[in-house]
Amino acid sequence: MPSIKFRCCDKCTDSKDTPCAKSVECLTEGPLCHEDQACRDKRLGWKESVARKNTNTPIIFIGAGTCGLGAGAGATIGAIREYLKAKSIECTLVEVGCIGLCAVEPIVDIKLPGKNRISFHGVTHDRVGVLLESMLHDGKAPENMALMQFPGEEKAWEGVPGIGEHPFFASQTRRVLESCGVMDPESLEEYMAGGGYRAFARALRTMTPEQVCDTVESSGLRGRGGAGFSTGKKWRFALNTPSSVKYVICNADEGDPGAFMDRAVIEGDPHRLIEGIATAAYAVGANHAYIYIRAEYPLAIKRLRNALQQAEAAGLLGTNILDSGFDLHVTIKTGAGAFVCGEETALIKSVEGQRGMPSPRPPFPAVSGLFGKPTIINNVETFANVSGIIDRGPEWFRSKGTEGSPGTKVFALSGKITNTGLIEVAMGTSLDEILFGMGGGIPGGKAFKAVQIGGPSGGCIPAGHTDLRIDYESLLSFGAMMGSGGLVVMDEDTCMVDVAKFFMDFIQRESCGKCIPCREGTKRMLEILKAITRGYRDETKEQTLERFRGIVTLERLGQTVKKTSLCGLGQTAPNPVLSTLRWFRNEYEAHVFDRKCPAGVCTGLLTYSIDPDSCRGCTLCVRKCPSGAIKGAQKSPHYIVSQECVGCGACLEVCPFGAVRVQ
Amino acid sequence: MRITLNGKTMEAREGETILSAARRMGLNIPTLCHMEGLPPTGACRVCLVEDVKTGRLIPSCSFPVSEGMDIATHSSQVVAARKTIIELLLASHPDDCLYCASNGTCELQKYAQELGVRQRSYSGDRNRIDLDMSSPSIIRDPEKCILCGRCVRVCSEVQGVSAIDFAGRGSNAQVSCAFDEGLNVSSCVNCGQCVMVCPTGALTERRDVDRVLAALDDPKKTVVVQHAPAVSVSLAEEFGIKPGSDVVDKMNAAFRRMGFDKIFPTSFSADLTVMEEAHELVERVKKGGPFPMFTSCSPGWIKYLEEFHPDLLGNVSTCKSPQQMMGAVVKRLWAPAQGLESGQVFNVSVMPCTAKKFEAARPEMGGEVPDVDAVITTRELAEMIRMFGIDITSLEGEQADSPFGDRSSAGKLFGATGGVMEAAARTAYHMITGKELPELKIDAVRGLQDVKEAVVNIDGLELKLAVVSGLGNAGRLLKDIIDGKRTYHFVEVMTCRGGCISGGGQPLVTNPERVKARMQVLYEIDRDASLRVSHENPSIKALYRDFLKEPGSHKSHELLHTEYSPREVLK
Repeated sequence: MPSIKFRCCDKCTDSKDTPCAKSVECLTEGPLCHEDQACRDKRLGWKESVARKNTNTPIIFIGAGTCGLGAGAGATIGAIREYLKAKSIECTLVEVGCIGLCAVEPIVDIKLPGKNRISFHGVTHDRVGVLLESMLHDGKAPENMALMQFPGEEKAWEGVPGIGEHPFFASQTRRVLESCGVMDPESLEEYMAGGGYRAFARALRTMTPEQVCDTVESSGLRGRGGAGFSTGKKWRFALNTPSSVKYVICNADEGDPGAFMDRAVIEGDPHRLIEGIATAAYAVGANHAYIYIRAEYPLAIKRLRNALQQAEAAGLLGTNILDSGFDLHVTIKTGAGAFVCGEETALIKSVEGQRGMPSPRPPFPAVSGLFGKPTIINNVETFANVSGIIDRGPEWFRSKGTEGSPGTKVFALSGKITNTGLIEVAMGTSLDEILFGMGGGIPGGKAFKAVQIGGPSGGCIPAGHTDLRIDYESLLSFGAMMGSGGLVVMDEDTCMVDVAKFFMDFIQRESCGKCIPCREGTKRMLEILKAITRGYRDETKEQTLERFRGIVTLERLGQTVKKTSLCGLGQTAPNPVLSTLRWFRNEYEAHVFDRKCPAGVCTGLLTYSIDPDSCRGCTLCVRKCPSGAIKGAQKSPHYIVSQECVGCGACLEVCPFGAVRVQ
Repeated sequence: MRITLNGKTMEAREGETILSAARRMGLNIPTLCHMEGLPPTGACRVCLVEDVKTGRLIPSCSFPVSEGMDIATHSSQVVAARKTIIELLLASHPDDCLYCASNGTCELQKYAQELGVRQRSYSGDRNRIDLDMSSPSIIRDPEKCILCGRCVRVCSEVQGVSAIDFAGRGSNAQVSCAFDEGLNVSSCVNCGQCVMVCPTGALTERRDVDRVLAALDDPKKTVVVQHAPAVSVSLAEEFGIKPGSDVVDKMNAAFRRMGFDKIFPTSFSADLTVMEEAHELVERVKKGGPFPMFTSCSPGWIKYLEEFHPDLLGNVSTCKSPQQMMGAVVKRLWAPAQGLESGQVFNVSVMPCTAKKFEAARPEMGGEVPDVDAVITTRELAEMIRMFGIDITSLEGEQADSPFGDRSSAGKLFGATGGVMEAAARTAYHMITGKELPELKIDAVRGLQDVKEAVVNIDGLELKLAVVSGLGNAGRLLKDIIDGKRTYHFVEVMTCRGGCISGGGQPLVTNPERVKARMQVLYEIDRDASLRVSHENPSIKALYRDFLKEPGSHKSHELLHTEYSPREVLK
């Protein structure tokens, strides 16, 4: 395969020292500086070979993102290699990122010569033999393993639905995720053959920084990290702040439980991110960019390092990029795993090498940020949208989504939902469509209860409100927020007080401890939640009184923490409690006053009893009971002294006759 | 720029914060983390005010004013939020005000009172963290810490030492030393500026009052007290007397009431230091270096050099500090002359400083029988005076004792930044020329600027001098000196900004106005004094005649000089 940015003939002057401004476009549309059919053919041939067209050996693509590897893709790869070696089959193996349908990983795609690419699900290592035998030997797709097929110019597979017919993919609008799970994330050529870096090159050559800001602003792109501030406006602030040194920071410190959008983009399509960052740096006049990424994403970091090296080697980063006179150096900064470092001012401190603690705003980072210089910080998904806007124009971007929230949004579906994974939908798509269309509904025939949107900073949307359209305005008017895009689905077996407790526990441990309301307020809120969900048998009178005041105190503290905290983490920390209180107040009241957990999750509140008719007096439960709460003579019915019971459920587990009842 | 504060329109200054505008208007907005002169951190949230137009609460310490802004500083929403924040702090606080060193001066206590907190609102757990008693100067009680961050900032941003910082997350966050070890093995220089800014009792000096009381009670001990130049000009404030009053005579009387046997002002040994240090400077001028020579009176500065610039220790004057010179002279010369064993003498020194406690305990300072036995701060002296039921305002003034009771006003100037330099220049001039400086007052080294420079012409020799106070400033000056950007013959360094008058042992209410007043009274003492140069102090002359012979003599070196070595600490 020819190297990236190869010279078609001696007329081409592009080199590291004398870069050609049009070299990026020339690759796919060239030659641009002269007419020569042979050169044109060379360029075309390169494009086709990179796109793996007209190959006469099979190609196997394996979804090997972190999620795929977690599902066993590593072993699958090993098994495939072994099979190919044993059978001496010549075949290309490509590790791709995640296509989004994490629920059925490992996913393996096979492209046979003359046939369209076809996708198989659940290809664990033990099923590799069956699959490859059938495909590579018989040329047939094993029926129960085929997931879908991709459109193509070659022969389609009969009886296998196209990607456009699969319910998970059908209603998606894949822009940011366009290449994830499809393309080789370690190949700059593949990215460039598909038009990659064209937008950046064009911006450098034909647009002023003001024009780039204008274009992004008129596209209506809003920050995908949560707050939804206009990206173009933010860039313009930084552009208009006079300073010889400016910075761009990419926030890849994705820390919400149940969120993995950024990871998938970086693992599946790192150059898209780098192109967005480079364009932003040009737009604001920054010559140094940082990518702040959590160290818990080793694969993403590896892919990013590789991509940065490739881009530098190809002259797409570094000094005098594409003869524009613009320099950009990108540094990866790994975070040590603090949730608060996703907050932009804390992130800046962390990049500076200080303890990650937020600072008051104003001054905003666009005016005074990293090392006191104008700095723009955007998250991964925001940057990943930029190349499309520059390349295809703001109108194209606005063609999807709503008036106030144009474009698409990536969501991570997790929890009690059939199709866990990543989806990208047009803004304004209804929650119904996401959960019950793409998500495939709730598994096990259980009833849907609520969905938590926006992680620990977000709120819940209960059943009965799933007609809500997901865009910044609709969510805001509903009292929820977009957050970064995690959707955690809960079914009837979920206790909402327990959910609030989970998030509060997370947030109070992740508070940086700087401001008093967040540090102390979340601690007290968590204490109340713990008090109302634990056993009450040894409660003092004072504790009982405090329990009765629990809901009132939670609301008061929640409001104070929300209104008075220093940064976004604290200001949104009470959201899970406040929103569950709003929609599921009866559940809280059941915990506080009736001492019952309606979902049966809070074990401390369960009451156990023994049905005398079923009990045979075998004494098994007596021996297992840790608190000696079960009384009764051998071979006669036993009973549980409720004051002594700690609610552990050991008796229920051991009873061979099903005599233990729990309420 | 016009803004509205509590319904009243006022003129605000472009770029100032709401807090500063409100203070000019006479409105007290409470705050626990604000530090004048340092960038705001917005940590405590107690200074929140309401933006009337949006109903939002915004931090007044960091939010800049803007045209047409409408602010309510004490709306019901604001007061309720402040009260909740204080209640939350109290819920994690030990509640032992009666036993607390800061009882009465505690800002948390004050705000709890002001906001009408009358009961405990949350009964949950609070963190249990051990006291850090490892330092000879400072006690840390992390349980009383409210994490306002003032100590952390003064230590790093003002002093450039960074011995303490935040560690841990969420409700487990605390201020701690490197690797969670004690202050004694950290880079802490014992300056006590953290104690000065701590709003609660989380940082206090190590209290040595009880050891002094025990010595006073011991009939076999002759208890000698020395008091630093900056003590008598700030002690008055502890008793409600107006700042800038010198109460040295009343203080002498109080010492006698409490049972001290002898009173020798440290200003006397400051004169002695001047003799030795000026002599050393003159010798270095003759030999051609090493330059710059650094002063050695400030023990925080010495430890700072040992830790951060050990390569410059050779530049430091070998003179012990005035406190240690007094201790050595009293125990090694005066006591034998009185027929006393050195162990029978108990040397107490009253210092505006917490680092002096560390200095007195250094092995270089007398070893087995320390030159100085106990160091108490200005605050501890005030505590003793109160304990003895002495009404200092009604006392008749008394004089110090001989033979070390005389001092020149040059020795008294040691209490403020630039004072050592001014005193040393007067005597060095005399040592070289045999004449007095035509103008004894050297304006260029006076005042509260961070760095001051002067050139003194001594018979054609241009002596280049610099005065710096505050270790952060000193660190920056050192960098310039090391980089060759600045050259001097003699540099005076004081650990605390402004010198000893704003030392870590001074009254807890120490603000710029008070520091200025203390400085002013020192200058007035010098202006009005008849004895203004150390070398004319009759007691100093007698000391040299009877014991030491001459500055820099063998005996002087034995008693009054020392050396320091590099120090390994956890940084």
